[in-house]
Amino acid sequence: MREPTAAQRVFGLMAEFNRPERLIEAVRRTRQAGFERVDAHSPFPIEGLAEELGFHDQRVPWFTLLGGIVGAGLGYWMQVYTNHAFPIDIGNRPLVAPPAFMLITFELLVLGAVLFSIVSMLGFNHLPRLNHPLFDVDSFRLASTDKFFLVVLSNDPRFDLRQTRAFLHSLDPVRVDQIGQTEEPE
Amino acid sequence: MSDIAPSARDFRTVTDEIVDISLDYPDRRAWWMCFIPALLLLLSFLVSVTVLFWYGVGVWGNNIPMGWALAISNYIFFLGIGHAGTLISALLLLLVQHWRNSLNRFAEAMTLFAVICGALYPLVHLGRPWLFYWMAPYPNTMTVWPQFKSPLTWDFFAVLTYLIVSILFWYIGIVPDLASARDRATRRRYQVFFGLFALGWRGSARHWARWRQSYRLTAAIAVPLVVSVHSEISMLLAAGPIAGWNSTVFPPYFVAGAAFSGFAVVSMIAVVLRHALGLRNLVTSRHLDLLAKLTLLCGMMTAYGYWAETFDTLYGNDPQELETMRDRLVGVYAWSYWGAVFLNFVPLQLLWWHRVRVNPALLFLIGLSCVIGMWMERYMLLVTTLYRDWLVSSWQRYHPSIWDWSLFAGMLGVFFTLFLLFVRFLPVISAFEIKEAMFEEKQERKETGRA
Repeated sequence: MREPTAAQRVFGLMAEFNRPERLIEAVRRTRQAGFERVDAHSPFPIEGLAEELGFHDQRVPWFTLLGGIVGAGLGYWMQVYTNHAFPIDIGNRPLVAPPAFMLITFELLVLGAVLFSIVSMLGFNHLPRLNHPLFDVDSFRLASTDKFFLVVLSNDPRFDLRQTRAFLHSLDPVRVDQIGQTEEPE
Repeated sequence: MSDIAPSARDFRTVTDEIVDISLDYPDRRAWWMCFIPALLLLLSFLVSVTVLFWYGVGVWGNNIPMGWALAISNYIFFLGIGHAGTLISALLLLLVQHWRNSLNRFAEAMTLFAVICGALYPLVHLGRPWLFYWMAPYPNTMTVWPQFKSPLTWDFFAVLTYLIVSILFWYIGIVPDLASARDRATRRRYQVFFGLFALGWRGSARHWARWRQSYRLTAAIAVPLVVSVHSEISMLLAAGPIAGWNSTVFPPYFVAGAAFSGFAVVSMIAVVLRHALGLRNLVTSRHLDLLAKLTLLCGMMTAYGYWAETFDTLYGNDPQELETMRDRLVGVYAWSYWGAVFLNFVPLQLLWWHRVRVNPALLFLIGLSCVIGMWMERYMLLVTTLYRDWLVSSWQRYHPSIWDWSLFAGMLGVFFTLFLLFVRFLPVISAFEIKEAMFEEKQERKETGRA
């Protein structure tokens, strides 16, 4: 999801909830109200919450599969190639011996799949990231402990500072905060 | 299974109990009392390795035919311990066993450090360890490649993959808890340390969704990986034409034995940590009960391996195999065979009783007995097989030297130093997964209530 650029003075509005059920309900209502650029933050994964936000990204599983294929392919090819590049004839046994090659092929399949999976997960999540406008809001500290946050980004087509704030208040949150853009270091 | 859920009242107390340990360690005196001996053992490692590299492998008791000796039996021992961590973490995640959440973090850390210790052994055993990179296939001016049909090369790939996958799996599992440590840290150096390693994690629902996809897939791949790695280690022995090793029972026998010794170590660590860090309402007696059951299960599978091995030999009726079996049962190293049988399987039988399983002190002692027993088993497997090989003229007894033992003590130092640093500075239990399980169990109760 594209985030507001630094040209926009406000990053978004954030509503705080103290129970996960309330966050799920709030996300549902925000989506029903037509907001698209919405994000939710919780201290632990909540089943189905991302789907409520319109998330249906299957790229990580596909990349994992791709990594497995690349790893296994490279692994097998490496063994075939090196056995031809430096042939060792042992009692006229076949140079290319699939049963003996399977273990390394499998290990590299695993390695490729896991590396692709984790690197693509971080990549699509735009992590690692040293700072983020959300970290400037004091109450966001508790997003990793026991508070639940709903964020409407300012680049949402329906975003209007006053009206959106009023809408978020109608969801009955603990509080609503405005998120500014992170200031560049001088 | 609500009794598995920690008795903590709300999400915040879970984070308080776990994450605050890293930020403000409760009992520093006790920690130092453990850490100083660990550092002394680490010193023994450094001295032993220096002596070894200076004078060569001759300082050990190794000879021909006992070329592998203590270095390789310890290598198998350490790697075997490691496998339980991955199994607890990955297999139980896939089976949606919520109780795993109190154990997976430190079990995985144990895996990581045991694999490091294990992987160091073949390296120092090389004789010319500075040429270790010859094991990797890289284009070189000699135009030679590793022998890809050899179990020794399979081993290099298996252990390397296992090490990398264990590190990554453990790390992406700890990132959300590092983020909560970052958010609670008040001292600058903790903020910077956790800030860097938390990778900017902020718990976005989209991030969680991708994280889950990746974490579950990695877990699903890690389970067959564990089986493949230890099967492969058994091939180091079983793929050669050596009487006493050349058996098809080896791969499953090794995997079961590895999981057995590992679960025993996890039980011991669980008993010590819950006591030392006051985590009794997160690691409950129900957890000890389940760990004990897993240990018992894997122990009985290992016992079956012993039986199958003996049956195989008797049924095969090969004179060399029978001779090796005789060496094991009544030869000069019979102590290692009977020691393994006794320590592995006799105290273990106490775990059939629930009262023993939930008694921390007894569980710890039984775990210790299994670990020593499994160590003897590896020693027995190598020594009783090799000291009388095919060539009668080369038969020789084997005695580990003082440097063999000091390196083993040192390797324990490597393990304890790393583990104590982990306990001191990182969240030892997965706080966010416990919170997730609390929430999901609440939802389930609500739904069944409605139905």
